[in-house]
Amino acid sequence: MIKARIYVTLKPGVLDPQGDAVRKSAHVLGYRQVEDIRIGKFIELNWEGDDPAAALEHIAKLSDQLLANPVIEDYRVELVEGA
Amino acid sequence: MKFGVAVFPGSNCDADCLYAIRDVLGRPAEYVWHREPKLKGFDALILPGGFSYGDYLRCGAIARFSPIMDEIISFAERGGLLLGICNGFQILTEAGLLPGALLRNRSLKFICETVTMQVSNADTAFTRLYGQDELIRLPIAHGEGNYFCDDATLKDLTDNKQIVFTYCDEAGAVTDAANPNGARLNIAGICNKRGNVLGMMPHPERASEALLGNEDGYRIFASMLQTLKEVGA
Repeated sequence: MIKARIYVTLKPGVLDPQGDAVRKSAHVLGYRQVEDIRIGKFIELNWEGDDPAAALEHIAKLSDQLLANPVIEDYRVELVEGA
Repeated sequence: MKFGVAVFPGSNCDADCLYAIRDVLGRPAEYVWHREPKLKGFDALILPGGFSYGDYLRCGAIARFSPIMDEIISFAERGGLLLGICNGFQILTEAGLLPGALLRNRSLKFICETVTMQVSNADTAFTRLYGQDELIRLPIAHGEGNYFCDDATLKDLTDNKQIVFTYCDEAGAVTDAANPNGARLNIAGICNKRGNVLGMMPHPERASEALLGNEDGYRIFASMLQTLKEVGA
């Protein structure tokens, strides 16, 4: 089995009101150094099989189709070593 | 001349849409369950509002892969009239039948109120019974209605007159103050280039008869009907 982690983030320029609200809250707590917060999604996925290259290819395709919306989001797939 | 109303798990405006067609417009309409493998005998389709699949992942992202969607996409590709309202609009963008995406409202709040908009293109299959730039009022009820697309797409939408409804104030001015959710260019609804697919965040089915206090939405369904009559459906 192969374990994968997929990080889905908003493309630059796409408004993230949630990140903005959290940034303001961080400021209220006194963390003035927080300049910007962007909130995304973290997905863990178990893949049946033992061919990392094939897994990566299919998971990238799945990310394009379903896990991320390429109009507004970027994604990055990471395979977990030794899992 | 039969209308179909798609029903996904979590759709909640399906009954209102069916009522608007059957009881107000007076035409036959039937539900189409999302697991149906085939669409048969429909002349127009509506993807209703609601929270399909609990809005999991992204609004409309999972409904977009429901079994019926392949048939709905072919229906649209053949030129069939397809109207997506609210969550239906989100499903249409996820399916790639309309460009762009619906983001979280800039206020982060779910907005449920009646707002003013302008019919920015009255020369479509869905809006022909309105006047160009006519001001109408329709209810909106969404947390993710903030229409977003890149600059190139926005230029395309403008150049091809695909922007069908635009939020504005009561005097018809398209201002930021009259933009309820942060949508680019105050967009409330767009159609595809061919003009047979319309997606809109406002709910015409909730404003289709005088008894409900507002019938500004009725002419969308009546326009669709007239279009179908002309093509002899």
